[in-house]
Amino acid sequence: MTAAPQNTKAGAEKIAVTVSAVVPLNDLVTRFEFTRPDGAAFPPFSAGAHTVVEMRDQGRTRLNPYSLMSDPSDPSIYAISVRRDDQGRGGSLFMHRNVKVGDAMTLTYPVNLFSLDLRGRKHVFLAGGIGITPFMAMIAQLEQSNGNWELHYACRSEALGTYADQLRSHYPNKVHVYFDDQNQAIGLEDLLDGQPLGTHVYVCGPKGMIDWVHTTAAEHGWPSENVHSEEFLAPQPGKPFEVRLCKSDITIQVGEHESLLEAMERCGVDAPFLCRGGACGQCETDVVEADGEFVHRDHWLDDDDHACGKKIMPCVSRFVGKTLVLDR
Amino acid sequence: MTIQFNKETFRDDYSFRNSDWAIKRFPFPFHEDSYMYSVNMEQHRGGPPGSVYEKRFDVDEHYLAEMEDRAIVLAEDPLRCQSLPHMTLAGWDTLELIMTCKSEDYPDLFELHRDGKRWRWVNKPMGIDHSFTFLDETTLPCGPLEYITRQTQGDFAVLDQRDEMLWMDAGTVTTQADWSLDFDIGMNFFEWHAPVPMAHELGIFKRALKFLLNVQQGAPARRLNWTMTVNPLLDTSPENYHKWGIQKTTLTPENIGAKQHLRVELQTFFRLPRSNALLFPIRCYLIAFQDIVSVPKWGRRLHRVVRDLPDELATYKGFIANRPMMLDYLGQYDDGRPTSPGIWPDLETEPPLDMGR
Repeated sequence: MTAAPQNTKAGAEKIAVTVSAVVPLNDLVTRFEFTRPDGAAFPPFSAGAHTVVEMRDQGRTRLNPYSLMSDPSDPSIYAISVRRDDQGRGGSLFMHRNVKVGDAMTLTYPVNLFSLDLRGRKHVFLAGGIGITPFMAMIAQLEQSNGNWELHYACRSEALGTYADQLRSHYPNKVHVYFDDQNQAIGLEDLLDGQPLGTHVYVCGPKGMIDWVHTTAAEHGWPSENVHSEEFLAPQPGKPFEVRLCKSDITIQVGEHESLLEAMERCGVDAPFLCRGGACGQCETDVVEADGEFVHRDHWLDDDDHACGKKIMPCVSRFVGKTLVLDR
Repeated sequence: MTIQFNKETFRDDYSFRNSDWAIKRFPFPFHEDSYMYSVNMEQHRGGPPGSVYEKRFDVDEHYLAEMEDRAIVLAEDPLRCQSLPHMTLAGWDTLELIMTCKSEDYPDLFELHRDGKRWRWVNKPMGIDHSFTFLDETTLPCGPLEYITRQTQGDFAVLDQRDEMLWMDAGTVTTQADWSLDFDIGMNFFEWHAPVPMAHELGIFKRALKFLLNVQQGAPARRLNWTMTVNPLLDTSPENYHKWGIQKTTLTPENIGAKQHLRVELQTFFRLPRSNALLFPIRCYLIAFQDIVSVPKWGRRLHRVVRDLPDELATYKGFIANRPMMLDYLGQYDDGRPTSPGIWPDLETEPPLDMGR
């Protein structure tokens, strides 16, 4: 209907912020807190939401999603906790090494791909390592509304148990922590077996843990709608390849350490995105022509889509071969 | 601008009228001389000053009369407002969004004063000055969704989002084009759209759902939809079909210009921040045929759209029986001249009617 000029920039709306605190929590994890330079309140958010942090790293723009882990009822700050990944692509290293109190940064509005099912009569949270972060916000939200929840949190060691002490002292009867180096493990089968009707399970952690929870719950007769998970993928490096973007009428090179989406953005193509981690579906792109093999890594397309080679998720997936032409 | 609120009715004597101001700003839904379903979404980020697209929740001269009509409908049928137990937070989200938007967009009509969770809401046109505690239902006379939608024009469907699907789990629906909240409550997006012809085959709903699941906080969207209504009735519900359906047989060539109304819905979509639900306001605008044809471009175009509409759509929209009479009337205002693209009236640039050619 076009009633107004349309501003259709890719990605969610942005918020200018100032880094108000940098709090190292242990050897690997640091919390970053943000306020708004104009002192305004942040938009309210729902627990489980993430924000995409824009990093200006020596002329290169990095965009990494992180779960908001502050209390959703506190509009004065947003907080994220970042695990340093020494083998990663550099976003977390940039956060740890370069971001200082007082820095101006840009976040996106919250986007929630991992929300609480508010019908749940009980919420069981299963966290692995840094996967604890969305549950920090969920616990705060449920505590406000007298929600029924419990947390089972697996960490490598006491030294790396991010927020474990704080959670145990606040909620001694609801929080259960398991340390790998003490051979402790979540007793998932017993846990799933004893839950009342209307319970929802949420898992956030490494891929193996997520698969384990889904598989075990299915084996125990849990409806898939009652088992929720979130896993952000980081784009993996791969061989450079060339892509023809027919709508934009350009041919671009995708480097070894950048994603197809990042390469498009570098070349000035305003491609849609939200999560940048293969989960939200926003960047789905039609394939016009392909002579080669796709390296699909997303959670969005189903197996049939992956097999037929008609679609690709440029935020995490790659291509090896002679010719790739996309409808972008 | 100060709005003069009309004293008018949408029932019995049907004293509803559009002023010249309301006619010129009417959301005419056809951007070309034909109509077919499309997802036709755009961002809801304002529009030309004075247009119905300018504010997030448009308030116009019909505000008080529409709120009186809603109160009558709710008194007769309380099930027009429902909220499943898990949707209370989304109701508070809705209240917060509307109060924030209206107080910012119409500071002369609405005020919101916040002191932590202690809020004071002033609605001057309706004479309300009320203090309450945010997120505490005991401090409101009814649920938060009902409270705010008794003060806001348009129907409101509140859609829970889970399992990659939208669910009709709450709403206030008293000005609807022949659908029922009480029937649809708890249904998913495909279930409540099941009666719509053709659009499923066109893949419209699959694409629309994908779009709506991705409507993000801070980036609302909008589209227009339309149908036809005989007499300016807001409440064309299935519950009351026995009262209004029969009125479709009262059209005559003499009264059609005044009685037959084009009914346009300005549909908007807001991601609700605390609940992650999707708010779907459906704002109904009515205009009599005799007022549409006062805009030459709209008269020409409406004739062509109604004439060329597929039978399935004319049947679904409930005017197939009256279409010949409509075309006889509208044909008088179509001189065959080309029309300018877009929805705007273009009164200065479009030529007046010339039936003498």
